[in-house]
Amino acid sequence: MNTKSLYQEVILDHNRNPRNYGSLDNANCSAEGHNPLCGDHLNIALNLSRGYISDIVFQGESCAICKASASMMTANVKGKTQADAETLIQEFREMAIGKLEPDSNHHLGRLTVFSGIRDLPTRVKCAILPWHTLHAALNSVATISTEADDDPMHVSIGNA
Amino acid sequence: MPQSVIDRMVRYQTTQHANINRAVHYLSETATAEYEESRRRLKHFINASEDREVIFTSGTTDAINLVAHGYGRKFIGSGDEIVLTTLEHHSNIVPWQMLAEENGAKIRVVPINDTGELLIDKYKQLFNKHTKFVGVTHVSNALGTINPIKQMIEFAHARGVPVLVDGAQAAPHMKIDVQDLDCDFYTFSGHKLCGPTGIGILYGKTALLERMQPFKGGGDMIASVTFEKTTYNTVPHKFEAGTPPIAAAIGFGAAVDYLSAVDMSMIAAYEQDLINYATEQICHMRGIRIIGTAAEKVAVLSFVVDGVHPHDIGTLLNQEGIAVRTGHHCAQPVMQHFKVPATTRASFAFYNSMIEVDALISGIQKVQKIFL
Repeated sequence: MNTKSLYQEVILDHNRNPRNYGSLDNANCSAEGHNPLCGDHLNIALNLSRGYISDIVFQGESCAICKASASMMTANVKGKTQADAETLIQEFREMAIGKLEPDSNHHLGRLTVFSGIRDLPTRVKCAILPWHTLHAALNSVATISTEADDDPMHVSIGNA
Repeated sequence: MPQSVIDRMVRYQTTQHANINRAVHYLSETATAEYEESRRRLKHFINASEDREVIFTSGTTDAINLVAHGYGRKFIGSGDEIVLTTLEHHSNIVPWQMLAEENGAKIRVVPINDTGELLIDKYKQLFNKHTKFVGVTHVSNALGTINPIKQMIEFAHARGVPVLVDGAQAAPHMKIDVQDLDCDFYTFSGHKLCGPTGIGILYGKTALLERMQPFKGGGDMIASVTFEKTTYNTVPHKFEAGTPPIAAAIGFGAAVDYLSAVDMSMIAAYEQDLINYATEQICHMRGIRIIGTAAEKVAVLSFVVDGVHPHDIGTLLNQEGIAVRTGHHCAQPVMQHFKVPATTRASFAFYNSMIEVDALISGIQKVQKIFL
């Protein structure tokens, strides 16, 4: 297990100084993500114009992994097309659950700092919650929960 | 798990394994006798007056559900009130809510103060002519608070109200005497007492158990069956339908023997030393707050660290070889009271040492350094 490499400087930095943190007055897409198991909670608001994500912000209460993931996600998808964002969402999720090798062909770039999460099954949801919420915002779903059965990103992990 | 418990279960599986209460052959008779012997050991462990007052369940959750169905469905009706407390684990909330939803009963909740102690005056004020049942945890799993259950039971009994005590967090840490407490029901799980998972007990006073309806129907719990009418077996078999986890029940008996040999009063005293030492160490640290500072506590240390989410603490402490629980501890009302989404909880037992407390403290300091 490489927990050490997971809590590396880039993640700690994004946790300390999250990028694109705040609210967006004129957002035309938004969604709220919630992980009832640990109380992680975040809102994502974005502007989608002519298929491009022209602006995106997030806000919420969460652990460092979730906050850093949200911060790096917003920095990555800003200026990209909706289709490119969906590709990243898919690839990030596959990396998190160990289906995508960090050194294979993908578009994740520095987001591979999160690849160590695959060794911590109970923390996978922390990392993918922001991506999950972005997917909901892009597809006009107002709220999502990591524990909803019909959720496309539902990963079954036990908790009391 | 103590070697004696493992050995006992291995002996059962290798030389005594058969279903109980059935065939006349040697193995079945042996298994039945050993299973009943285990019931007797549990009876001694909690000082119940009769063997039949001990019912094997799959755990505390199962036992509370048994009471909610067996007693609640029969004796608690529309408009009746069930008194619970803010400190309850979800397993002593949800079964009662399900009952209330089904039959229109009401749940009343005893509040807590900011140290995590029940407000006993408020408890007393909740009683009225509709009060039909009290469910209270002996020890808060999230905070460690030891509740004054003897006093609460006495108050309820003076008003003719029976009391169920969730002992899941108490039985592993102190001597339990159900006759002295005079509780109507007491329940705990095997896996928290050095025993296997999938087993627990419900203690109930015979008179109450006899008036209750069965929870699960099936084999073992019947006296006779025709398609016109079934008559039920006597207590405790009335509540033990189907084949029980025999090896686990026998292992549970060995586990309480082990704990009794160590001595529950010694365990309680030693664990108090551990929690006093850990609390003192934590109090000297900056940026850390203990959640749950009741005067009477078991060795549970629930805390929050400024600027660090409990899940990050848990992952990093795990790397130091320290196992803590993080999250809401299946006690969300407690988290809501303290306005925190989650805490980190270190739970000490008699097998922990002062050196391990030091390791926890330096582990937390490392976490704080990483997040500086």
